This record gives sequence, structure tokens and C-alpha cells, in this order.
Amino acid sequence: MTAPALRLIDVEKSFGPTAVIMGVSLDVTTGSRHAIIGPNGAGKTTLFNLVSGRFPLSAGRIELHGRRIDGLDPHEITRRGLSRSFQVTSIFSRMSVFENIRCGLLWSRGYRYSFWHLLGRERALNAAAERLLADVNLEARRDLPAGLLSYAEQRALEIGITIAGGADTVLLDEPTAGMSRSEADHAVALIRRITAGKTLVMVEHDMSVVFDLADVVTVLVYGQVIASGPPAEIRANRAVQDAYLGAPVETGIA
Amino acid sequence: MSEGVVGTTAAPLAAGRAGGLLRRQWPWLATLVFALVVPWFFYDWTTGRHSGFVVAMLSQIGIMVIFALSYNMLMGQAGLLSFGHAVLLGLGGYVTAHVITASKAGSVPLPLEVTPLVGGLGGLFFAIVLGYFATKQRATAFAMITLGIGELITACALMFQTFFGGEGGVSTNRMTGHSLFGLAYGASIQVYYLIVAWTAISIVLMLLLTRTPLGRMANACRDNFERAQFVGYDPRLVRFFQFALSGFFAGIAGALYTLTYEIVTYDTVAASMSANALLMTYIGGVGVFAGPVIGAVLIVLLQSWVSLLSNSWLVYAGVLFILMVTFAPGGIGGLVMMHQPIWRARRLGRLAGPYLRLLLPGLLVVVGFVLVVELCSFLTIGAAQGKSFTLSRVTIEPRTPLPWAVAAVLLVGGGLWLRRAAGGFATAWHAVVAEIKAAGMSA
Repeated sequence: MTAPALRLIDVEKSFGPTAVIMGVSLDVTTGSRHAIIGPNGAGKTTLFNLVSGRFPLSAGRIELHGRRIDGLDPHEITRRGLSRSFQVTSIFSRMSVFENIRCGLLWSRGYRYSFWHLLGRERALNAAAERLLADVNLEARRDLPAGLLSYAEQRALEIGITIAGGADTVLLDEPTAGMSRSEADHAVALIRRITAGKTLVMVEHDMSVVFDLADVVTVLVYGQVIASGPPAEIRANRAVQDAYLGAPVETGIA
Repeated sequence: MSEGVVGTTAAPLAAGRAGGLLRRQWPWLATLVFALVVPWFFYDWTTGRHSGFVVAMLSQIGIMVIFALSYNMLMGQAGLLSFGHAVLLGLGGYVTAHVITASKAGSVPLPLEVTPLVGGLGGLFFAIVLGYFATKQRATAFAMITLGIGELITACALMFQTFFGGEGGVSTNRMTGHSLFGLAYGASIQVYYLIVAWTAISIVLMLLLTRTPLGRMANACRDNFERAQFVGYDPRLVRFFQFALSGFFAGIAGALYTLTYEIVTYDTVAASMSANALLMTYIGGVGVFAGPVIGAVLIVLLQSWVSLLSNSWLVYAGVLFILMVTFAPGGIGGLVMMHQPIWRARRLGRLAGPYLRLLLPGLLVVVGFVLVVELCSFLTIGAAQGKSFTLSRVTIEPRTPLPWAVAAVLLVGGGLWLRRAAGGFATAWHAVVAEIKAAGMSA
């Protein structure tokens, strides 16, 4: 059996005396869509920050396709094929939408720190950027500064930048947060389409999105995994229902 | 598709490239032609010489244009505020001075035309060494490190005699006898044309650099350095390479400085020269590539022309800087760009009236302000120098109340009028902008 796309072993994180992640172990199978849910403050985003190298671990180890990645810088982890989006939209706000996408493509296409390639002449690169722009439905906004996009458009751009580098493991942090129902439906369709064949890990509050997209759901409460399994199993899990303060998970789905 | 494939900043493809270049880059080409012919407007046919003052001023403009643009590679493009950029200009200048001296002695028979490249490599070398430390940090910490580097090198310039020549600096003689075109470079007009050539080369190279992966990632790190990490780039290396290349161009400016003045002193590495770069770049506009060019022209004009007329040119430069930072943080370049959509919509004429109504009160305020500054100046420095304040043969006595009263009336009255007129202008401006937006929606 090959190593899972992502493996967390006894991962711990404390900020000063406050323990936020308390021994999380998790396997994310290659090609699966894995959702991490849990109440506010459970440490879901912190877990992403640990995996993507934004924060150092306090203890434990993290492996990407069997190779250890904890302790690496974020750009090194990104170069190994793990890419992430942010809960609070994180884009290059003064650059055009097209430039945002193209910046996402540059490293994976081997341009590195080149100051001898004129981007306008790199036809393959520009064509790829245009395709991706079409994939995230932002062609009409191509030359607009990214900071001027609507909220939902910025979220779409965020996803576009995240997958631009061709990462095979994609971490999406609440991709539909703050969206209206129809915007969220669009986002889910978009995520489903452009992460086909990739390993997807996402933090999500919207239960309909979770049960719509995910193959595996992991429930994180107070920095610990209390359940992990197929959506149907999680929905029926007593401990999970209790964690949501007695509110049956089903109400969230409606 | 072909239209879509070409990026926003793409060079036009083979067909019609020359025509496209002319159409898109005409302001640059016009500036180049102007730079080439302008000394001939100040040519004295009886003596067969160009005005030394004008050539000196134009030469300085060329040098400062490169310097300011190289500064904006950090400030505008990478979001790095440096207080020590003069170090790279000065060190490039010192290196050049030594190379020219060696060239004249015959040990390095280098044509004078290529010595700016040597200065550039000198700047590059020192930018790599100093940038290694400075670019470890960003934002405020970066600014503090560059401030420290500036002070350090200024102190070094006074300590290490062999390289920096102490307080007297390093003198050299540009008439090395080595030239690609057999030119002696005795006349400053010859050096001026060399400066024009190198300024043009540097502008083209710096413009092209903004369109490379490094140039774009410098923008990306400016906007959001953390996001840049998560697309695979190490922001520190982006800063480092950008800093190094910026040093290359600052070094070219330093080399041209050496060729022009044939002496390099510690002033060239000092904080006031770094402040100059900041002033020019900010007044010209950090957000537009050509902004620093405008700023450099303006500041050199103030420096060399206004300083002939007045002791207080620095006051004017300072007030201009404060006004720009307060009211037009995009600089002059930014102000010009704000008019672009209105120009495109062919509605610029609608603003002519409102602009004209600003003119008179604006003029009154400026005259009132200048009067106050000059009265102060003549009361203090002027009196010490034994000068008298004359305006077209009328002597103004700063110790009498009348000129002060006139200045106060102009300043206060003009100020109040200007405020009213500015309100009217804002209304007209917003109306035009709203109209264009509405037209854009319906289109």
C-alpha cells in the first residue's frame, strides 16, 4: 500500500501555555475529498497552518506522500505539491486578476526568480493562465485589480491561485464562508470540477457543502479528533452530535 | 484567442511591432527626442558653445532619473522603503572613479563609454553584499537596516582613505584617451549625450524588468508576501534579487555622476542623497513606472533653477513633498493616471472650466506663500548675506509691515477662495466620473 497523501502523527501545537492541537493523528488517502469539521475554536485553521508550514509544530510529525514536511518553510512545502487557500481572502490585491493567476503558475512552470523571461512572450504560460481564468469564471474580470472584485469573485480567485501551481494536495480553508446559497453552490461545483483527481482537504462550516463534497469527514473538537469516517457514519455518531451542543447534525443539513 | 493569450503588458507580436511601439511608447520616444535636441536651444552661435548651466542641469536630470527609477524598483515595485539607497549610487561612483584613473594610467584601457557598466557592476556587487543583510527583513525592519547601512558607509567613507579619499573624495579625469568613437569627452555636451544613451538603456531595461517573473513576484510580495510563499516563492530571495538589480542601476547612475563631475565625495553615499531618491520617487509617483522620471525632473529643476532665484528651494521641495503625501499619495504620476479614464471617455474638456476656476486662487496662495517664505528668508539669511529683496526693480523691505500684510491677505484670501473653488471642482469631477460609470454600465 502506498503512503497516504497526507499523514499527521501525534501533532501538537501550543501557543504559550494554551494547547490548541492536542495529539492529532490523521491519514488522508490519495485522491480523497476529506472534510474537517468542528465547532468554532476547535483548531481547524490552526491544523491547516501547521500542515502548510505557516506555524511550527510543538510536537509530532507531518508527512506528505511519506516524506516529512514539518519544519520546512511554506514555500518549500508548496513546491512539494501541497497548496492551501486562506479563510480570510489572501490575494495580490493591486495586481490584475490575470496577473494573480499567472503568479500562481510561475514557480511550478520553472520560471523561479527569472529576470530574463518576458512574461508577455511566454505563450504556453499565458495560455495556461487564461484557461485557469476561464475555469474559475473570471474571464470578464481579467484586467481588473483583484482588490476590486466582489467577495464571491475574490473567493473564486483565491481558489484559482491555490490550484494554479498544479499541487496534487489542496487545502481549502472555508472556501464558501460568507457566501449566499447560490454562490456557495457555484463554489462547490467549481471545487468539484477543478480538484478532480487531486487530494482535497477542506475546513468547512456549511454541512450541506461537507456532505455534498466529502468522502471522509473528520470531526475536530478542542484540538482532538473525536471521529473520522464516511459522512453517513459521522452523521449518525452520537459523540459528534453531542459536540455540536446536542443539536443533531441533521438540522445543519437542512 | 491570440488576443487573449498576450498578457496585459505583452510586447506586440511581430506584425506591426514598430507601429505598435510608436503608438504605445510615444511619450518615451518624444522625451528622448526632446533630450537630444534641447541643448541646441541653448547654443550660443557666437561662441560655439552650449549653455554650461543647461547642460549641467540636463546631465543631472539624466543621472537622477536612473537613480529615482532604481529606487522605485524597491519602493514602488517591491514595497521596500530604503533610507540608504545613495550608498549604491555612491559606491558605484567610487568604483568608476578608480577604474577611470586606472584606465588613464593605461593599466585598464577601458573605453569611457562602457565605464557606466563597471559602475553598475560595482553597485551590483555592493547591493549583493549589503542586500544579503538588509533583505533578511521587510517593512520597518528593512527600512531601519538600510538607514544603518547608510550611516555605516558614510562613516566608512571618511575612515578608509585609499578607497574613499576621505573628506576630499576621489578625483579623476574622464579624458582617458580611450573611446569607442574617438571622442575626447573634454566638453560636457559629449558627456551629456553619453548620459542620454545610458539613461535610455537603463529605462528600457528597468521597464522590461517589471515584465519578468521576478518583477511580477516583487509586486506580489509587495501586495501580500505571505501569499507569495504559498505559491512557492521565498519572499526573502525575491527581495534580495530585486535589491541587487536595483543596485546595478543605482551604480550606473553613480558612474555617470563620476563622469560628469570627475569627483566623488562622501556626499554621494550620505543620507541627504538617499532622501533625494525618496523625494523624487514619491513626488513623481510610486505606482506608475514613469512617475520617478517626472519627480527627478521636477526636483532637479527646483534644485538647480529655483536655487538660483531663492535661498529657500529646500523649503519649497519640502512643502511640495508634504502636500503630495497628504493630498496625492499617488504622486504626480498618480494624478495623471486618474485622468486617463476621463481622457478615454473624451470628457477631459468638461474639467477645463473647473480647472481654470482653480487657477487664480491657487496662484494667489502660491504667491502669498512664496512671499512669506522669501520675506522670512531675507530677514534672516538674506540680511546676513547683505542681499536686498527686489522684484522687477522694486525693492521690498522685509522690515516694514506692508509686504507682510499683502502676503497675509493673499494667503488667507486666496486660501478661502481656493477652498470654495476646490469644492466646486470636486463636484464637477465626481459628476464626470459618475457619468462615465453610467455610460460604462449601459455600454
